[in-house]
Amino acid sequence: MDPWLWLEWFIKAFIMLMFLLTGFAYLTWYERRALARIQTRVGPNRAGPFGLLQPIADAVKLMFKEELTPSAADKILFVAAPIMTVVPAMILAAVIPLGTQFTLPFTQRVITLHVANINVGVLYLAAIASISVYGIVLAGWASNNKYAMLGGMRSTAQMISYELALGVCFVVAILLADSMRLIDIVNAQRTVWFAVLQPVGALVFMVTTLAEVNRAPFDMPEAEQELTAGYHAEYSGMKFALFFMAEYQKMIVICAIMATVFFGGYLEPIPGFLTNISWLSWLKVENSPLLGPVYMFIKIVVLLFVLIWVRATWPRIRYDRLMAFGWKVMVPLALALVFITAVGILLAEQFANRLYLAFIPTLSVLAGLVAVIMVDRAIRRKAYERR
Amino acid sequence: MSVVDPVIELARGLWRTLSSMFERPVTYQYPEQKRPVRPRFRGRHELLRYENGLEKCIGCSLCAAACPADAIFVEAAENTDEARFSPGERYASTYEINMLRCIFCGFCEDACPTEAIVLGDQYELSFSNRREAIYTKEMLLPPVRTQAQTTPRQTPPGIFTRSVPEMKDAHDD
Repeated sequence: MDPWLWLEWFIKAFIMLMFLLTGFAYLTWYERRALARIQTRVGPNRAGPFGLLQPIADAVKLMFKEELTPSAADKILFVAAPIMTVVPAMILAAVIPLGTQFTLPFTQRVITLHVANINVGVLYLAAIASISVYGIVLAGWASNNKYAMLGGMRSTAQMISYELALGVCFVVAILLADSMRLIDIVNAQRTVWFAVLQPVGALVFMVTTLAEVNRAPFDMPEAEQELTAGYHAEYSGMKFALFFMAEYQKMIVICAIMATVFFGGYLEPIPGFLTNISWLSWLKVENSPLLGPVYMFIKIVVLLFVLIWVRATWPRIRYDRLMAFGWKVMVPLALALVFITAVGILLAEQFANRLYLAFIPTLSVLAGLVAVIMVDRAIRRKAYERR
Repeated sequence: MSVVDPVIELARGLWRTLSSMFERPVTYQYPEQKRPVRPRFRGRHELLRYENGLEKCIGCSLCAAACPADAIFVEAAENTDEARFSPGERYASTYEINMLRCIFCGFCEDACPTEAIVLGDQYELSFSNRREAIYTKEMLLPPVRTQAQTTPRQTPPGIFTRSVPEMKDAHDD
């Protein structure tokens, strides 16, 4: 086997991991700054210019903090749980394509801009994303603490419930792209994003990923008011930092997945627009493949802002309502969306006219509205019963 | 009441937070930029002097008696015309406020018959040990303007006989 291929893999994996590790640090800074601006504050601005050294200060603080292990804790699992949480978050990023490919200068070597290009990429994502549940529930159990246990249980139930809708949303993209390979999914969005073709699908995907990474308004496993800190109540120092790292890396990765599956991935942000203007054609990914990671980065940052924005806006929803929302709204809605998508594709194929694909967004918005009406009526009925 | 009402409500919430992003931050960059304190702010105590430089405090210990936190300690001594600190017979030879105990209630201000002790504008009162938390009389007294106004000083006899200054236009209204 080509020894240079090993080196290439190694370097690509290393760059990806470094991106995630520094990305996690600067995501905390980004979140704190954005949240502060939303709350008309300034946010961390003391350490370095614009507070850019704040993550380093935080990291140093966490590294030098004392690490406590409860005496009644299950020692092995207590140590293993943070690792089991952080590793899936990092290896999730392996299949995400950051661009097409480019030729290395002065050589004949063609470098592809993704770590792994497997034909079941979407399946890999779903599989690895669910592994991280183990870390959280084991952390809750190994801590020998009621709150941690409850937090772990909650997160398991929540993640398993919302994984269903998440998986079904992946099916929408698989149907539209006719492939499970993420590069094919991106290339299928060359004319129109799947978020345009299936807007409610993108919305459901976003909601379920929020639940999947335990972010507000679905941050039940670490609800401070109810469970002190949830599953990581007993963790301190670097072990806590690993949980923190896993959560934020998962945010980055899930935004990358969302960008790939619904927002055109590494393709230029406004598809079709750039093709018409000749002097801007160098901005296209086909002409300059190294712009792919840049476009991807922009999309990830925008999507991360949406996550932060949602956290700043909506309060945490009650646990039973969270489960009801997951099972009674998200799963049926996602199934309906798959059905609608399949019917739209079938019509387009049957009549050999891509205009029939317009059937998909119209009907899915309609399905979304029906879901909204159902939720609204159910809430009203309950409010009426209470009176 | 329409079917899209819930969606509009959610969107309104999102719009509210997004628009507040473009408001001016209310933050004061504290050590560089300080907010002026309010007129009735109760900060660190000051032990005032008269215009002529004599201390207003006559060592009566009424502030110590009024203090609910027992933070003030006063020890009085006799004034003489050779070494005069304050008008009247007595002055505070020791005046200490323990800032660890003080609750900044301002009762000492109210109790003082000569308006000697007042709560000032200073609020930067950090210290690193218990010893530093005790503010002595030297720290509480404002500096004198000229050398001639220092206390103790020699005064002509028979002038500074009243401890509490005579009230001008004393009436309730």
